[in-house]
Amino acid sequence: MGVESTIKKSTVINFSMKAHLSRRYLFSASHRLHSDAMSEAENQSTYGKCNNPYGHGHNYTLQVTVSGLVDRQTGMVCNLVDLDGFIEREVLARYDHQNLNTLQEFVREVPTTENLCIQIYEIVQRGFHHAHLERVRIEETMLNAFEYAGEGRV
Amino acid sequence: MLYLTRKAEFAASHYYHNPAFSPEENLRLFGKCNNPNGHGHNYMLEVTVKGEVDPRSGFVVDLRQLKDVMHREVLDAMDHRFLNKEVPEFAEQIPTTENIAIAIWQRLESKLDRAKLHRVRVYETPDLFVDFYGEE
Repeated sequence: MGVESTIKKSTVINFSMKAHLSRRYLFSASHRLHSDAMSEAENQSTYGKCNNPYGHGHNYTLQVTVSGLVDRQTGMVCNLVDLDGFIEREVLARYDHQNLNTLQEFVREVPTTENLCIQIYEIVQRGFHHAHLERVRIEETMLNAFEYAGEGRV
Repeated sequence: MLYLTRKAEFAASHYYHNPAFSPEENLRLFGKCNNPNGHGHNYMLEVTVKGEVDPRSGFVVDLRQLKDVMHREVLDAMDHRFLNKEVPEFAEQIPTTENIAIAIWQRLESKLDRAKLHRVRVYETPDLFVDFYGEE
């Protein structure tokens, strides 16, 4: 009887329910960490081997988290095709297999993964309207990751 | 407050279809997930509970009890099943990852003793997952 009542009770899904959906993407890019505001010596002591003038690369993992009410008709927060299409067009096409230092947004800003996180957050925040953007996470290597949630909490 | 997460894996098949839509509309919305014969995933479930540490046991929750509840309420029902046809929640609702996370939350919430359910995370693939924190 316990099992029966469990099943009956749990068959009701209330669709004013909010869920978070996270999707991961890969891209590869190179960068050099160097600030024109610092002396050579200071750049070297601040950025270490990341200051190598020829740059170096990473396989970045980008994780985008969006949220919204689960749509009654589709069972979805948003259609993954829309999210994938947007990220492909607006983010991956811009950053994959590029030297980040050559891009306009990093002429003045150092292309640290912190700044890259903020850039990507702002691209998604500005252009993707099928769900609410919660946060952007970038794993630069398997050992370090950065998250930005705008004014919200990470 | 302390948070504890337990993982479990289950394999299941599903497909996406809403009978209120035309076949063309279903295909347009759901793409290859609309194949009525279904397709499968290895789902990874992460259940996070929260609570104060019991001064006598040093536990937030008896892990064995949590594991037993997850097995009884979720894995026994969903592991190696065709979700649309064999799990009652999905007789009329589409078994998207969103709805699976909600259904698992509802199955677990009232079954936990001391600890309170904090989050249900369901990975459909390593690159796609949904978090549900209960009704807000």
